Amino acid sequence: MATTLAPPHVLAGRARRRRRSVLVTSALAVVVLCLFVLTMMVGSYYVSPVDVIASVLHLRDDPTTDFIVRDLRLPPAATALAVGVALGTAGTIFQRLLGNPLASPDFVGVSSGASLFAVSAILVFHAGSAAVAGSALVGALLTALLIYLLAWRDGITGYRFILIGIGVSQFMMSIIGYVLSRAQRYEAGEAMTWLVGSVGRSGTGELRALIVAVLVIVPLVIMLDRPLRMLELGDDTATALGARVEPVRLALLGVAIVLVGFAAAAAGPLMFVALIAGPVALRLTGPAGSIVASGLVGAIIVLGADLVAQHLLPAVLPTGVVTGIIGAPYLIWLLATVNREGRGG
Amino acid sequence: MSVTAGPRASIEQRPQQRSRAALVTGLVILLGALVVVCFFSITMGARGVGPGTIWKAFSDYDPSAASETVIREMRVPRTLIGLFAGAALGLSGTILQGLTRNPLADPGIMGINAGAAAAIVFSIMVLGAQSPGTYVWFAFAGAGIATVAVYGIASFGREGATPVKLALAGAAVTAMLTSVTNAIVLNNESALNELRFWQVGSLAGRYFPVFWQTLPFLVIGIVVALGAGRALNGLALGEDLAHALGQRVRLTRIVMFVTVAVLCGAATAACGPVVFVGLVVPHMARMICGPDYRWILAYALVLTPIILLIADIAGRVIVSPGELQVGVVLGVIGAPVFILLVRYRSITEL
Repeated sequence: MATTLAPPHVLAGRARRRRRSVLVTSALAVVVLCLFVLTMMVGSYYVSPVDVIASVLHLRDDPTTDFIVRDLRLPPAATALAVGVALGTAGTIFQRLLGNPLASPDFVGVSSGASLFAVSAILVFHAGSAAVAGSALVGALLTALLIYLLAWRDGITGYRFILIGIGVSQFMMSIIGYVLSRAQRYEAGEAMTWLVGSVGRSGTGELRALIVAVLVIVPLVIMLDRPLRMLELGDDTATALGARVEPVRLALLGVAIVLVGFAAAAAGPLMFVALIAGPVALRLTGPAGSIVASGLVGAIIVLGADLVAQHLLPAVLPTGVVTGIIGAPYLIWLLATVNREGRGG
Repeated sequence: MSVTAGPRASIEQRPQQRSRAALVTGLVILLGALVVVCFFSITMGARGVGPGTIWKAFSDYDPSAASETVIREMRVPRTLIGLFAGAALGLSGTILQGLTRNPLADPGIMGINAGAAAAIVFSIMVLGAQSPGTYVWFAFAGAGIATVAVYGIASFGREGATPVKLALAGAAVTAMLTSVTNAIVLNNESALNELRFWQVGSLAGRYFPVFWQTLPFLVIGIVVALGAGRALNGLALGEDLAHALGQRVRLTRIVMFVTVAVLCGAATAACGPVVFVGLVVPHMARMICGPDYRWILAYALVLTPIILLIADIAGRVIVSPGELQVGVVLGVIGAPVFILLVRYRSITEL
């Protein structure tokens, strides 16, 4: 590599940036773990952190504690963790690939397909929860494929992809509106609840699938991090650097979409998580920001939102209501930190 | 962080400014088309009527004749609302895109729909369920408060409400209001029930009272909007250049924004959140006439009601004797059209 030719002060700067990135990412991981344990401690029955860890890792057997921790509190906590990682990772891939901070999967229509399929499963086919989750996954994948095919013309430009994604999203949303307006009262409520999204309802099947997906895909994503950086320099530069532009782009979009699909299947379309995680992680880690950090920030957002939704509000609300509310201060923070120049939009 | 795509996407070519004669001819043809569409909007539906009946309904009204009542009490107000609300949505979409220099700006992004929905749900929660006739004022107030909040948040800082800050503030307010609305409807069944019918934009069931309530706002907004072309052309050159040319940028922005709020608020109050036309028609108009906003506004004024009314008629014809709401038709038919346009024509960056 050409790094050996770089002057010493550049190398020093690079090392410093890498150190900061590693430090911040480790700190984020610690925060995620703390929130994960905290989620299983609090509730109508307090469990000490030591007991939680012992119970989850099967170090001790205590029927009461085990029932509360393993059966009642671990599934939603694990869902929140995995969904957060999936959405954070997918969101940052979309934003960097399409070169637009507002191009998260929920804005570009992937989630709308998951919603349409799931809502139709609830309202038209009266499906059970596993079938609804499966429909959401299929919906996300099909919609993403549709957007990709429609946006393909001698390659993909971010701008065209986003516009077409919005068109597809409008299409899906109008059908959702129609299906909702034709539904029975009770079922409409059920569908609305699904549309808001919550980590508390995923069955073991969905949860297992999601965790497997995250464990398989995140290493893949880490391998794709370098080619992604090349793509961010522009297609011509990336080609000159030896990256195979279209295959890399397709692979990255593919893994991001699979993550979004599994997350939607487990928890519904949680608003804003995918939008927020990437930029916040980048701000924390500095210019050497990593996809892993974005995934961790996503997990912090979902775990935190779930804690608020469960324990800090007058009524117990679905997680999605809280992630939506978090969206507002985040965007206002973005407003406050917008650079003075070159942000013409 | 620019809200549009980065420089990589700027390979798209800009359309050329067309000749004046061609543009005038096009506009006349569109106006003719609008008249034809209005005529069909009054005659077509579950109960077909002929021109003779329309004439009789207004010259020599016989309240006992069902077809005449349908025309006077339902089809005519419906067509008028479609005409004015369509014009309002097209113009406000054009102005928003020019003002925020964001090709994806539409009434939805400014928090207007979310504000109206939140106000309606809130009114049901506090006052109990009511009829859509009383929603109008709540929807209007909600839309107004939301836009004021958006502009206020965007104005913080040294530069005032720049394009990017407006878009972000709109998204922020929308996020907040949508979450609050969701929290309410998930705990209040009658609010959920009303919201899910209102959420799909529709021209049906809107009678003359709703029309007269919103008309003054629509007319004032449309008049001001039509005069905005020169100012938008200035803004399109960039703020600094507009300043140098003697334009009062901040004042322009505030006037435009108030106009958009009035137009969208009234249109949303009259027919619910009609998505899509406000976003897409400005792009279509830009493809036809090139970059001059004076022409784009004129074309948007005529083109949007044509599209809205055609969608409304299609909704009546497709599933006759029932109907599909205009919002559904626009999404299902309009979205593919928009996608084709994006695919096969270059949509310019602003």
